[in-house]
Amino acid sequence: MTVAVETRRPQAAQPNGTRRRTSDWVRRAPLLPALVFMIIVTQLPFVITLIISLMNWNAYYPDERGFAGLANYSRVFTDVNMRQAVFTTILLTASVVLVSLALGLCIALLLDRTFRGRGIVRTMMIAPFLVVPVAAALVWKHALYNPEYGLLNGMLTWIWQLFGSANPPQPDWITNTPLTAVAASIIWQWTPFMMLILLAGLQSRPLDVIEAAQIDGASTWQIFRFMTLPHMRQYLELAALLGAIYIVQDFDHVFTITSGGLGTANLPYAIYQTFYTAHDYGRASAAGVVVVIGTIIIATFALRTVSSLFRREISQ
Amino acid sequence: MSTITDTQPDPATRTETGRARQRRRLGGGAALSLLAWVIGIIFVMPILWMVLTSLHSESDAATNPPSLLAPLTLSGYREFFGASSGASPWPTIANSLSAAVLSTVVVLLLALPAAYALSIRPVRKWTDVLFFFLSTKMLPVVAALLPIYLILQNLKLLDNIWALGLLYTSMNLAIAVWMLRSFLAEVPVAILEAASMDGASLLRTLRSVVAPIIMPGIAATALICFIFSWNELLFARVLTSTVAQTAPVFLTGFVTSQGLFLAKVCAASFAVSLPVLIAGFAAQDKLVQGLSLGAVK
Repeated sequence: MTVAVETRRPQAAQPNGTRRRTSDWVRRAPLLPALVFMIIVTQLPFVITLIISLMNWNAYYPDERGFAGLANYSRVFTDVNMRQAVFTTILLTASVVLVSLALGLCIALLLDRTFRGRGIVRTMMIAPFLVVPVAAALVWKHALYNPEYGLLNGMLTWIWQLFGSANPPQPDWITNTPLTAVAASIIWQWTPFMMLILLAGLQSRPLDVIEAAQIDGASTWQIFRFMTLPHMRQYLELAALLGAIYIVQDFDHVFTITSGGLGTANLPYAIYQTFYTAHDYGRASAAGVVVVIGTIIIATFALRTVSSLFRREISQ
Repeated sequence: MSTITDTQPDPATRTETGRARQRRRLGGGAALSLLAWVIGIIFVMPILWMVLTSLHSESDAATNPPSLLAPLTLSGYREFFGASSGASPWPTIANSLSAAVLSTVVVLLLALPAAYALSIRPVRKWTDVLFFFLSTKMLPVVAALLPIYLILQNLKLLDNIWALGLLYTSMNLAIAVWMLRSFLAEVPVAILEAASMDGASLLRTLRSVVAPIIMPGIAATALICFIFSWNELLFARVLTSTVAQTAPVFLTGFVTSQGLFLAKVCAASFAVSLPVLIAGFAAQDKLVQGLSLGAVK
């Protein structure tokens, strides 16, 4: 790291001790407001969460407030709803990340070619990411999934009419497949994100090497398998991990489409409910700590990926 | 694909099979282009459907099969913006705007100097500081919700839009520091050295040399922070009630009415999303660099 610093800004001759210390503080000064603000607003609440998680505290019973030890944690791990929420969170995050990553890669490959209207298609692809998540969830719930007049069932009616049938299937999407319905709306919003990062990755491929391989007679598949994929690995990791950080925290779609019903309550929703509806502060905090620990595991990988890309960038 | 034809040595030396392969490739290329168009249209379809439905009357919006060619009307928008039914969305839109603008301004004020201290004149261990900022972004906000609620309750700041704006600042500061650092790192060292050699003061260098170069980066950062603040639901829902309610919270609340409401829902969703769509398309060129925290250009 320090090597990079020196290449970026070669330091003048080493000044004496005190002058160096003052110049250090002059350098640090612009950084401090942001750093102090960040420490207060983000670290302090987590310390409080940790303390409350060890307390017996329900806002409905203010007189019974006291030290609870690890009771909240054992309740979090034995509570069926919480365990279900952990399972739902993992399932939802993994499926959304994998599907939107695969779709994003296919679309990025399609857009990494020159064709008429490429800019328009790219713009159309970005648009879903730029709809307010609540609004997107509302539109999916009422305008697409509605069993009576939603677009999905409307299209089924059209297709069946085309073949002269009067009784098209009219499934109730949200009731029949609640988690898939929620996941589909999140996938729709996050595929553009994956696509953008992967497209940037594809466009950073060294073209001369690929051309050389083409001249040497490598097939399109060989070029994809042995040159494009290895180059794309870190971009795939980056897109998956950054996406996972946001998708793990998804609240808007779950809240709007199913209100956490039908087995779709993920951890953010379950914690929101424990705190906002049940007012069980102790248990909500313990669940929060569990989520933080889970996230740190993902975040460690994410940070490692970002820092490997980063180190390559600053060493250039 | 076209590169392969460019690398062909000479039209005269091409064999028959070479030309056949080329034709097949062109045919495949057209099919792939068509596929790209089809996928693009599928992805944009829900948005087009939202806009079309928002322009239909309630009875035309709720037919099966859908009535595509029904007459257009603005009644959905008139309904939403409070012609007849109870609450007006304007105060919540004003609240969302206040929180988003406040947080964006404070984010830039805090992040610009910090990014400077992490790129142009870096402090020691500057990468550690950068990764500290990033790690805060990875902690789930839901775990901080309760303590923040309790702190604001004690400070009598619940249902206060400025308090919410400051929370959005903490949400976006890490992203902004990373983005701005990556834009500042692109400023060529030679230019800075030339400026200082010509005797330009620090402020003058910043104003006349650095600012023009990173202006597009600052704009993109501001737009992305604005979008994230405007979209936020969880904090707004828990920490505000009547006075400081934001537009996304208003959206979740108004679909309780009986009867047909589809055109109104679509009008509302589109109206609230429009600022984000505009901001996003304005920042389109820098969107990747921003969303990937500067790791991808």
